[in-house]
Amino acid sequence: MPFVFGAAWQMNLFFFTVMYAALASAWNIVGGYSGYISLGHAAFFGVGAYAVAITFNHVGIGGGYRPFYVLPLVGIGVGAASVPIAWVAYRTRAATFAIVTVTLLFVVQQLAFNLRSLTSGSQGLSLPVPSFPVSTYEHPFYYAMLGVLALSALASWYVRGSRLGLMLFAIRDDEDRARGLGVQTTFAKVSSFALSVGLVAMAGGIWAYYISFIYPQFAIDPLVTIGMVLMVYLGGKGTIWGPILGAFILVPAQQYLAYRLGASQLYLVGYSAIFLVVMLFLPRGILPSISDRLRHLKARRRPERTEGAVSDEPVERVAVS
Amino acid sequence: MHLFVQAVILGLLTGGVYALMASGLALAFGVMRVINVAQGALIILGAYLSYSLYQHIGLDPFIALVLLTPAMFGLGVVLQLAFLRPLPDEEREELSLLVTWALALGIEGLLSVAYQTTYRSTITSYADRSWILAGYHISVARGFAFIASIVLLVLLFAILRLTKLGRALRATVQNPTAARLLGVNTRTVSALGFGLSVATASAAGAAYGIVFPFNPGSHYDLISRLLTIIVLGGLGSLGGAVAAALLMGVAESVFATEISPTWSSFTFFIVLIAVLVVRPQGLFGARVRGAI
Repeated sequence: MPFVFGAAWQMNLFFFTVMYAALASAWNIVGGYSGYISLGHAAFFGVGAYAVAITFNHVGIGGGYRPFYVLPLVGIGVGAASVPIAWVAYRTRAATFAIVTVTLLFVVQQLAFNLRSLTSGSQGLSLPVPSFPVSTYEHPFYYAMLGVLALSALASWYVRGSRLGLMLFAIRDDEDRARGLGVQTTFAKVSSFALSVGLVAMAGGIWAYYISFIYPQFAIDPLVTIGMVLMVYLGGKGTIWGPILGAFILVPAQQYLAYRLGASQLYLVGYSAIFLVVMLFLPRGILPSISDRLRHLKARRRPERTEGAVSDEPVERVAVS
Repeated sequence: MHLFVQAVILGLLTGGVYALMASGLALAFGVMRVINVAQGALIILGAYLSYSLYQHIGLDPFIALVLLTPAMFGLGVVLQLAFLRPLPDEEREELSLLVTWALALGIEGLLSVAYQTTYRSTITSYADRSWILAGYHISVARGFAFIASIVLLVLLFAILRLTKLGRALRATVQNPTAARLLGVNTRTVSALGFGLSVATASAAGAAYGIVFPFNPGSHYDLISRLLTIIVLGGLGSLGGAVAAALLMGVAESVFATEISPTWSSFTFFIVLIAVLVVRPQGLFGARVRGAI
């Protein structure tokens, strides 16, 4: 039997599933709605983690439930701090944007190494273990994370129906035309980015308190970035439930792989295999594929085909230049 | 002044190796709009392979290139056919980033299983010797790494300029549709082009293994630098990548000696931010698909 179903073990899995659901859902606001692939979100996750750890060690806010109270501040602070960064990154498009955000990951990791007086460098920072009762120790962290997930889902839902959402979708479809029609593209992109990374930072803060010891490679982990992106792609980019569905499929799979293969580094290979399968066979995600299938079925049930039916044949794009 | 010149020399030597690495990336992007995040991992793979050949057979890393380069070329063609060709054209740039990132993870995992995660380095007989030129030290290993990189770069440029494949590659970079209309089989050319770009990883890896200690996770550090370099050079521009690599090699080395070694890896990012604010298309980037 591969699993030992202890309560603590289950809560741990729930915690990480909910955390990734929150991260994926937040990432989706940038990657899914505006179509800009940010690979730097893990940097802000790390900043959130360090923000909580540093306030602990340098401000002395005390243990217990106290660190949860600084989370909204961390979210707002990181969101605001990301504005100039986002402004620079958004001067580029598509692939270049992705690259610039990747470098962000390494900048923040290097900062965590080098700013020794704040972060203790590679030694890492520890947070005191709170005196929650052992039987329900994980619960406060879990509920806090659930709160961030709710906030992310709510933000996704609200943005989707709002003016900002319309602007983001217009950018995704054709940024130049959107701009030509008077959409304030920079404002839309930067504000969605700030919202998204603020949520990610809050998740990072809870994670740091839960893990209670962080160091640079651990807190700013490229695997975290790639995890959120993969979950969004699996579930369905741009949908509200897709990223959450993706997390609920992939996190248990990931934890299972780590459990079975964790001793060797083979779990990286397994993870990469899952990743490749999703990207090559399901690049549009589960939810959009299902809704396509449903639409197809409905269309087939109709007796006659309408004239303007869209064919399934791919149309070769011819660039005029 | 002496220190400064020494730093510039060191920077140029490192920059030459970066130039070879980055040219592979730039080529892949130019031909196929593919950002190959796995290039770093492939370079580390090259480093491990040449390390193994040296440890077990005693083959000098630079002589081993005769074997390694064709092998990496083949690997590149296979990777392109299996993982990159199936991607839909409209989303190739974004999806390729993620797919090659997954490949990088896979390679990292396999290398960790095969070699464990301890740091290795290919220690040749000339590892700690150096030439002295007009009072300046040039480490023999770094010198060889630089020379090998430049030779390979020249070879790459020669292939692009003088052969039929090179002409087809350049045509595909400039305008894939027109190239197809003129009878270029862009699919085959893409596979071969990707093979070429991965082949550069063999020499780059051998050179890297001699100059720096490495472990399977080293590819992250490498790829972050390389990606910065090709953005600086202007995506898809080979000449730009080479120039940016030399520039960054020197800038980092001078920063390390003149200001602070701890913060020297920030040079890349500082320059990147400064360039993006002024010229988002990179130093040598064209506004449209660039020509090599």
